[in-house]
Amino acid sequence: MKKVLYRHQISKLLAFTLVAYLFFSIPLLAQEENSELSVTGDTEAAAETADAVSGDAANGKQLFNQNCAACHALNRKMTGPALANVESRLAEEEGLDKEWLYAWIKNSAGMISSGDSYANKIYEEYNQAAMTAFPTLSNADIDDILAYTAAPAPAPVAAATATAASDGGGDSSGITNEIILGALVLVFALLVMMLFLVNNTLQRIAEANGVVLEKDKAVKRTPLWKAFAQNQFLVLVSSIFLLLASAYFAYGWMMQVGVDQGYAPIQPIHYSHKIHAGDNKIECKYCHSSARVSKHSGIPSLNVCMNCHKSIYEYKGNPEGPSPEDLANGYTNEFYTGEIKKLYKAVGWDEENQKYTGESKPVEWVRIHNLPDLAYFNHSQHVSVAGIECQTCHGPVEEMEIMYQYSSLTMGWCINCHRETNVKVEDNAYYAKIHKELSKKYGVESLTAAQMGGLECGKCHY
Amino acid sequence: MASKKYWKSEAELNPNDSIVETLRQNEFPEEIPVDDFLGDKKNLSASTTNRRDFLKYVGFSTAAASIAACEGPVRKSIPYVVKPEQIIPGVANYYATTIADGYDFASILVKTREGRPIKIENNKEAKSNGNGNARIQASVLSLYDSTRLQGPLANGEAVDWSALDASVKNSLEGLKDSGKQIVLLTQTYASPSTSKLIGEFKEVYANVNHITYDAVSEDAALAAYEAKFGERALPSYDFEKAEIIVSFGADFLADWQGGGYDSGYSKGRIPREGKMSRHIQFESNMSLTGANADKRIALKPSEQKKALASLFGKLNNSAVSVDLGDAISKAVDDVAAEIKKAGNKAVVVTGLDDVNAQAVTLSINEMLASEAFHPGKQRYIRQGNTQAVNGLIQDMNSGKVGALIMDGVNPMYTLPNASDFAEGVSKVDLTVTFSTNWNETTEITEFTAASNHFLESWGDAEFVKGHYSLMQPAIKELFDTRQFQQSLLIWMGSDISYYNYIKQSWSLENEASWNKALHDGVFVLEANEEGETTADVQARNQQAETNTTVAPISSAVSSLANSSTEGMELVLYPKIGMGDGQQANNPWLQEFPDPITRVTWDNYVTVSRADASALGLINENVANGGLNGSYAKLTVNGLTLENVPVMIQPGQAAGTVGLSFGYGRKVGMKTEMQTGVNAYTLYQGFNSVQNVTLEKAAGMHEFACIQLHNTLMGRGDIIKETTLEIFNTKDHSEWNHVPQVSLNHQEVPATTVDLWDSFDRSIGHHFNMSIDLNACTGCGACVIACHAENNVPVVGKEEVRKSRDMHWLRIDRYYSSEDTFDQDNTKKDEFSGASQTKSGFEEMEQAAVNPQVAFQPVMCQHCNHAPCETVCPVAATSHSRQGQNHMAYNRCVGTRYCANNCPYKVRRFNWFLTNNNDEFDYHFNNDLGKMVINPDVTVRSRGVIEKCSLCIQMTQKTILDAKREGREIVDGEFQTACSNACSNGAIVFGDSNDEKSQVTELKKNDRMYHLLESVGTKPNVFYQVKVRNTNEA
Repeated sequence: MKKVLYRHQISKLLAFTLVAYLFFSIPLLAQEENSELSVTGDTEAAAETADAVSGDAANGKQLFNQNCAACHALNRKMTGPALANVESRLAEEEGLDKEWLYAWIKNSAGMISSGDSYANKIYEEYNQAAMTAFPTLSNADIDDILAYTAAPAPAPVAAATATAASDGGGDSSGITNEIILGALVLVFALLVMMLFLVNNTLQRIAEANGVVLEKDKAVKRTPLWKAFAQNQFLVLVSSIFLLLASAYFAYGWMMQVGVDQGYAPIQPIHYSHKIHAGDNKIECKYCHSSARVSKHSGIPSLNVCMNCHKSIYEYKGNPEGPSPEDLANGYTNEFYTGEIKKLYKAVGWDEENQKYTGESKPVEWVRIHNLPDLAYFNHSQHVSVAGIECQTCHGPVEEMEIMYQYSSLTMGWCINCHRETNVKVEDNAYYAKIHKELSKKYGVESLTAAQMGGLECGKCHY
Repeated sequence: MASKKYWKSEAELNPNDSIVETLRQNEFPEEIPVDDFLGDKKNLSASTTNRRDFLKYVGFSTAAASIAACEGPVRKSIPYVVKPEQIIPGVANYYATTIADGYDFASILVKTREGRPIKIENNKEAKSNGNGNARIQASVLSLYDSTRLQGPLANGEAVDWSALDASVKNSLEGLKDSGKQIVLLTQTYASPSTSKLIGEFKEVYANVNHITYDAVSEDAALAAYEAKFGERALPSYDFEKAEIIVSFGADFLADWQGGGYDSGYSKGRIPREGKMSRHIQFESNMSLTGANADKRIALKPSEQKKALASLFGKLNNSAVSVDLGDAISKAVDDVAAEIKKAGNKAVVVTGLDDVNAQAVTLSINEMLASEAFHPGKQRYIRQGNTQAVNGLIQDMNSGKVGALIMDGVNPMYTLPNASDFAEGVSKVDLTVTFSTNWNETTEITEFTAASNHFLESWGDAEFVKGHYSLMQPAIKELFDTRQFQQSLLIWMGSDISYYNYIKQSWSLENEASWNKALHDGVFVLEANEEGETTADVQARNQQAETNTTVAPISSAVSSLANSSTEGMELVLYPKIGMGDGQQANNPWLQEFPDPITRVTWDNYVTVSRADASALGLINENVANGGLNGSYAKLTVNGLTLENVPVMIQPGQAAGTVGLSFGYGRKVGMKTEMQTGVNAYTLYQGFNSVQNVTLEKAAGMHEFACIQLHNTLMGRGDIIKETTLEIFNTKDHSEWNHVPQVSLNHQEVPATTVDLWDSFDRSIGHHFNMSIDLNACTGCGACVIACHAENNVPVVGKEEVRKSRDMHWLRIDRYYSSEDTFDQDNTKKDEFSGASQTKSGFEEMEQAAVNPQVAFQPVMCQHCNHAPCETVCPVAATSHSRQGQNHMAYNRCVGTRYCANNCPYKVRRFNWFLTNNNDEFDYHFNNDLGKMVINPDVTVRSRGVIEKCSLCIQMTQKTILDAKREGREIVDGEFQTACSNACSNGAIVFGDSNDEKSQVTELKKNDRMYHLLESVGTKPNVFYQVKVRNTNEA
C-alpha cells in the first residue's frame, strides 16, 4: 500500500513550485513562444507555396476538425482512410481529380450507387461504412480542407526547449536558498566571535581593575537527574504524564488502523482522472453511470472507454506540451499514448484494421474505496436523491493524476455529514408528508439527515 | 488449631511406614512416564528449540501477525469488458421462469444479482400454480450444489459431448433395424414442446417408446379420470368456492395431485361476512391438511374406503352396507347431511391410492355438480404410468430393449424393485442417464449426460389445460452440461437450438408477443379463461360417451365397501420438506423443520400412542434436551427396513403407521446429507398403502427436533381461537379478551399499562405485520424464503439437536391435550390446590389422541418496548422510528443477554463461524454455494446474535426507489421475504401510518391480538384470532 501525502500539503507544494517556476521561467517561455510562432509561420508559408491558389489551410483545419476528425486522421487509418495529401495521392495513384473529390464528399452514397469503381472499392475496403454526405460544404470549403491535408505536419520541437527552461528555473531557486543559508551561517559565526572577544576584553578590564572573580564555590552539586529521581512527586507526575501521553498516541495510532485515507495504489492502466474529468471536463456519471441507480458507482466497463477511445488513439496533451512536473513523473505524451494501447489490448481492439478481435482480457483494477461488508452504502441515495457532488466525498478528483482515497470513510465521518447536511426535499413527493410533520416537531425549516433518522444503526448495518 | 493433624490414610498411624515416607518425599510414588509422551529424551535434549525459545517464537509470531493484520488486503475490482445492457452491478433483475422438475410445477420469478440467481419469488401474474412451496423456494440452492456433475461421463470417466453424441448416435442408428425398442424413461414434463419433440424423435428412430414415470405415483387418480373423461389427466379443484370440503386422505395442502391448492383453500378459510369454509378430513397420518381441518377423523385407509363408500350411498340414496363402528357411521351420516345441505358448494376429494375410491369421488362431485370441481380444466402435472414402468422392466429383462435414455428420474432409488431394474439395465445395449448429480441410477448406466438445472434451461409447460408457462435460463450453464431436449435434437441430427424449437412450436404471431410471453412467464389461451364452465360441460359430455365402457360405479363402491381392514397398515407419504427426494442434497431443505413433527434432518415412522405402548416403542427427552426415539423394524411382504426411527405422532390413526419418501439417499451425497431411510423400498406395486408388521429394534435414535414441548398447557393467550358461531354472535371482547394486569391493586387491561415512555411512532413509516392464523396452513414456504433472503446459515443436525437452530422465522405447532384447545383452557382454569395443579399440568404435557392442531409463525415481534434493547450492554440492538428493532452485528459482543430477555425466543446466537468453515460442510464453505448469498445482507460471524430484521434491506430499497422517483409509496410495495412467499395471504406487511394500507385495516380488525400481550412489549407483529368452523349442519 502506498500512502500519499495529504492533499493540502501537496497543493501547497505545488503552489510554491508554481510560483518559483513562473518567477524564473517567464522570460524564457516568452522567448519560446516567439520561436513557436515562427515555426507555424514557416509551415503556413510552406503550405502557401505548395498550393498557392487552392485555399486557406487555417480555415481548412477548423473545418476538418468540425466535420472530418470523427472518422479521419491525417496520417492514420481510422473509420475512414488517412487523409494527408489525399488530393495529390488520388491524382497520382488513381488519376482522380478534384471534381471527383467534390462529388464524393458531397454525396458518397450517390457515387457508390452510380457504380464508380474507386468509390465502390473504398466502400468495400472500409467494411461498407458509408461516409456521411456533406452537401453543405462549398467547393471553396473543400479546397480549404484539402489545403490543410496537404500541409506538412509541424515538427514537435517545443517540448525540449520547455524542459531545458524549467530545469534552469529549478536550479536558480536552489542557489538562492544556499546563498541565504550561507550568509546566515556567516552572520552567526561573526556574532559568536564578537561575543568571545567582548568577554575576553571585559575579563582583562576586570583584572586590570583588581576585581576578583568568584569561581564556583559549590563544586559538588547533586546532578540534575539525581535530584529528579529523589523527588518522588515529580517522578509520579511525570510518569503519569508519560503514560497518558503514550496512551494518547497509542489510541491515535490504533484509530488509524484500517483507515486508508490517502490510499493510492498503482493501477494496471495509468488512468488519469485529471485528464478526463479535469482537462476534458467529462461528467463523472458519464463513466460511473450506475451511481445514479445502484449502490455501486461502478467501474466503467471497457466498452464505455471505447466510446471515445475508438477515435482518441493518442494523447496530444496541452498545446504547450507536458508540464515540467509531468515530465518529472514521466508523464509524457508517449507515456499516455502507451496507456491507451494497454486499453486496446485489454478490450481486444485492432487499431490497424479498426475492428475488435474478440480476444479481450478484463482489467483488474485495484479497488481504492473499501467499505467493510458490515456497512451498507448506496451511491444512488446520495447522488440521485440528495444531489451531493461526487467531490464532497471523493475530493478534487478532477485534479488527481493518480486516484486516491480522499476521505477517511470512517463511521464518524459519515455521521458528521449526516448531522450537518440538510436533506434535499424540494420537488420530491416522497418527502412531502414526512418533512411537514418532522419540521413541525423539531421546529425547523430544513431537516438534517440525522433528524430524518439517518443515525439509526439499522439504516446502514444489516 | 496448629496442633490439629489431618490424617490422609490409616497408614500414617505407623510413623515408620515406608509408604508414608515415600509419599512425604514424593507426590507421585510411581514415576510419571514423561518421556513416553514427550518422546525420545535424547532427541528432546538435542533439539535446539527449548521451551523458552518456543515461547519467544509464539510471542513473535503473534505480534507479527497482529501487525501484519493492520495492513488491509488488496482488493481487485474487475469490470465487464462489454457490460450487458440490463445488468447494473448492485441492482437486482427478475426473470419469469418455470420449475417443472417432475414433482414440483410452478410459475416463478427468479431474482438475480450480477447474473447470479439468488432467490425464487412467486409469479403473481400466474393464474394457476403461481406459488412456490418450500422446495421450490429452496431450489435455487440446488443450482449451486457443489456435488453437481461438471460434464458428461462414460462409465464414470469424463468424456466430451462430441464423443458421447457420436457413440449414442451410432448405437441408435444401429438399433433402427434390430427390432429392439428405444425407450425414453422420463419425468412428467407437462411440456407441449417436449411432447412434440419426442414425437419427432419417434419418427426419426422408429422404434421409440416414451414412458413417463413419477416417483410418487398418482396412477389411481389418473386412471379414474381417464376412465371417466377419456384423457389421462387430473381434474382441477377450486377450494375457494367450496363451503364444505370433505377429504378422504387427500393431503391437498401439500403435494396431493401435484399440489398448489393451498392458496385457494386459505382464501375460503378467512371468515368474511360471517362465513368461512368447513373442512372435514378423514385420514390416517397426521397430515398438514388434517392439521388444518375443522374436524379430523383418524381412520385406517381401509376404513376410509368404507366410509367413502358409505358416504356415496348416503348421497346417492342407495343402500351401501359397511361394517364401520357406530361412531364412524354417525360421523359419516353427519358429513352426508352437511354435504346435502351445501349442495353444489360442497366438494369431496380423496388421496386414497385406489382407482375405485378416485372414481367414486369423481362421481360424487359430479352428482353434487360441485362448483369447486373442474374436470374440464385438466392438470397435466402428473403423467406417470406405473404399468408401463413395470412393462419396461419385463421388456428389459427379456432383452427387447436396445436403448434406455432416462431424464429426470432416478429409478434405482425410487423403484421398489430396483434390483430387477438393475438386472434389466445390464441387458440393454445403450443406457444414458440425464442427471444433474451422480446418483444411484447414473452408477449403473453406461453414459451419464450431465444435465442442466432448471434455472439454466429453456422449456415450457402446460400445467392446466390452456395455461402455459415458459422456462428461461437465469444463468449460463455453470458447468459443461446440456439439457435433455437439446440432446434429443442433436441426436435427431437437427442443428436447431431448443430455444428456437420452443419459439417455433409456440408459433406466436410476432416477436413482440413472444417477448411478452417470455417476460410474463405465463400465457393463457383466452378461449379457456371465460369458458371454464363450458369446458366442464364438455368434459361431462365426453364422459357420457366414454361412460359406457367403464365398469358401473356401483361395483367400485361395493369393492370399496368390502375392503379388508385386517392388520397394521403403512401409509407412505411425501414430506413437505423433501417431496420425492430429488433435492435431498439441499441443506436448506434438510434443516427445514417438518411442519407437523418439527423434526429436521430425518424421516421416521409415525406411530400412534396406543400402538407404540403396545409395541414398547418410546420417545424421550434426554439430559441435553434432545429428543430420542426407539428404532423399529418394518416388514412389508417379507421385505424389511431395519432401524427406522420411531416418532410417536398424536392423531395417527390406531393400527396405522406413516413413513415419508425422499430420504435414505446415499450415492453422490455429502455425508451430512445422508439422512433417514429409503421408504421407496416398501412402495410395493406403487401403492402408498401397505400391510406392515412393526417390531421394536435395539437402540435409540437421536432426533434433531426443534420443538420439544408440544402442547399449550391451557395458555389460550398464545394462540387465541374461537368458533365461527361465537365469532359471529358475540362481541370481540369475549373471544379476543385483552389480558388484565394488576395496577395499584386494580385489574386493568394490559394494554393500558406502560413502564416506559412511548416512542413517537406517528411520523414516517411504521412497519407492521399481520399474521392470520386462519389463512396460515403451516406450509413453511416463508421459512425457506427467509433463509434465502437473509443468508441464514445452516448449522447441521448436531447443532439443531442442541437447540442451536438459526431459523429467523419458525412455525410453532401446538397440539391440544384435551380434544380441543378450548377444553385445555377450561381444564387449566378449574385446577384447585397444588397437587391437582401439578398432576393436571403433567397430564396436559401429553397431546390428545386426536388433538386439535394450531400453527403459529413466530419471528422477531419488533416490540415497541423491546426487552432486548434495555439489556444490551453495548447498544447493539436498538429501536428505530420505523418500528423495526435493529441489530448491529458489528457492535454485538455476544453476551446473549438479549436472547435471554426475549419473551418470544426469536434471537439466534452464532455459536460457530459457519461460513468458510469446513466443519459446516453445507453451502457457505464453497465458492459455488456462496453464490446464493444475498449481497445486501451481512453474513454474520461467530459470536454475534442475529434475528429477523423485518427484511430491512427490502423496506429500505422500496423507500429509496420511491425517493429516486420522487413519489409516494403505495400500499403493497413494502414486502418482506415471508410476506412475499406467502401465497395464502396469511402474512401481510405494510406501513401502519398509511391509513389506506391493508395492514392498518387488519390492525383495527376485531380478530387482532398481540402475542403475550400481558408482558407489555407492544409488538409491531400481530396475529389474527384463529376461527374454527365447528358448525355442524
